[in-house]
Amino acid sequence: MAGKLPRASIPTEKTLSALTTTIILAAEDDGFHAPSLVDFFPPAILFEGTLFEFNRVNLVQLIMTVAVATFFIVAFRNPKIVPRGMQNLGEIAVNFVQVQIIDTIMGAAGRKYLPYLATLFFFILAMNIAGIIPFLNLAGSSVVAVPMLLAVVAWVTFNVAGIRKHGFGTYMKSNLFPPGVPKPVYVLLTPIEFLSTFILRPVTLTIRLLANMMAGHLMLVLFFSGATYLLLDADWLLKPFGLGAAAMGFFITAFEILIAFLQAYIFTLLTALYIAGAESESH
Amino acid sequence: MVRAAEGDVPEGIDLFIPPWYDIFWSAVMFVALFWIFWKFVLPGMKKALDARSEGIEQKLEQAETERNEAHALLEQYREQLAEARSDAARIRAEAQAERQSIVSEARTEAQEAAAAVTERAEVQMTAEADRVRAVLSRDVGRLATDLAERIVGEALDEQKVSSTVDRFIADLETVAPEGQETR
Repeated sequence: MAGKLPRASIPTEKTLSALTTTIILAAEDDGFHAPSLVDFFPPAILFEGTLFEFNRVNLVQLIMTVAVATFFIVAFRNPKIVPRGMQNLGEIAVNFVQVQIIDTIMGAAGRKYLPYLATLFFFILAMNIAGIIPFLNLAGSSVVAVPMLLAVVAWVTFNVAGIRKHGFGTYMKSNLFPPGVPKPVYVLLTPIEFLSTFILRPVTLTIRLLANMMAGHLMLVLFFSGATYLLLDADWLLKPFGLGAAAMGFFITAFEILIAFLQAYIFTLLTALYIAGAESESH
Repeated sequence: MVRAAEGDVPEGIDLFIPPWYDIFWSAVMFVALFWIFWKFVLPGMKKALDARSEGIEQKLEQAETERNEAHALLEQYREQLAEARSDAARIRAEAQAERQSIVSEARTEAQEAAAAVTERAEVQMTAEADRVRAVLSRDVGRLATDLAERIVGEALDEQKVSSTVDRFIADLETVAPEGQETR
C-alpha cells in the first residue's frame, strides 16, 4: 500500500523478539530490554483520559518545539545586516529550505509558502532528531499522529492551492483526466489518478516518516540495550559481541542523523512538489 | 479510536489511528512553531536580508559614483597635463623664435654699426686728403712762386703765375706716383 518505503516495513514485536532470542540465549529475564512497540505508547504523565493527555512522546515534542523556537528566536531576535553567530546558522537553515526546496521545485512563486515549508522542515527535523538525543531517545514523529497531521495539512494545502488557482472543476479535471490519452483509457486511468493523488499521497507521506522513525528507534534500542546486556550481564564468552553491538549502535546513531534530516527533507520536498503540481497550468 | 492504556499496544490498523491527544499536542506545537516562523523568524530574516541588499546596493552605487568621479578627475588631470605640455612646447617655440630674431637683430645692428664706422672713417680720410691737398697746393704754389721770383728777380704777374702754378701742380699730380718711387 505504501509503495516503496526507504526502509523495510515496520518490524513487529514478534520478529524482533525472535531475532533477539537467537542472538542472546538467555532473553528478557534481567537487564535486557527488548525493543517493542510499547515504547511508542508510553503511559500518560498528565491529564490522563482527557483530550489533553500528555505522555513522554508529547513531552519530547514539547521540548523539541521549544528548542527549535528558542533557537530561531535567539537567532533572529535582533537581526543584523552583517549576521553573526546564531543568525548565520539560522539564515543558512532557512536558506536551505528556500533555495534547495522552494526555489528548485516551485520557483519564485513558491516564496509565499516559505513560512509553511520552513516550519514543516524544522518541525520534522526537530522531532526526528530527538530520537538520538540522550534522555529524549524517542523521535517525536514516531507516533502516527505527527506524520498524519502533517500529511493532512499538506493534503489540504496542495488541494486548496490547486482549487484556488484553477477552480474546482478545472483542478479536478486536470488531475483525474490528464490530457493526451485516448478516451477509453480513462476508465482505468481516472481511478488510478484519484487513488494516487488524493489517497496515496497523504498515506505514503505518513507511513514513510512514521516507519522510518519507528524502525530507527527499534534499531537503536536493540543495539544499545543489547550492548548493555552483553557487556554487563551476559556470559564472558559473549562479552566481545557487546562491543560489536555498541559499535553498531554508534553506526545506527550516525545513520539516524542522516535519516532524520533526509526524512524531513523528503517530506518537505514532496509537499512542495504537490503544491507546485497543483498550481501548475497543466498537470 | 482505540485508546492505549499503560503498556497496552494497539494492533493491526489501530496502530495507524492516532489518539486524539497526540493529534492535539502535535497540532498545538506545529501551529506554535508555524506562528513563530510566520510572525517572527521569517520577517526578521527578511528585514535583515533586505537591509543587507539595500546596503550592498548603496555601496555599489557609491562605488560607481566614486569611480565616475575618479574617472572625471583623471580625465581632468590628463587634460591639464596635455595643456601644460602644449603650453611648454609653445613657449619653447616662441623663445626659440625670439632668440633667433634677437640674434639676427643684433647681427644687423652690428653690421650697420660697422658700416657706419667704415663710412665715417672714409669720409674723414677723404676730408683729410682734401685738406692736405689744399694746403699742399697753396704752400707749393707760394714756394714755387717765391723760388721763381728769386730766380727771375722780378714780380710776376699774379694772374699768369697762378695759372702756371696750377698747371704745375696738375703735372705734379700726374707724376706723383713715379716721384714716390724716385724719392
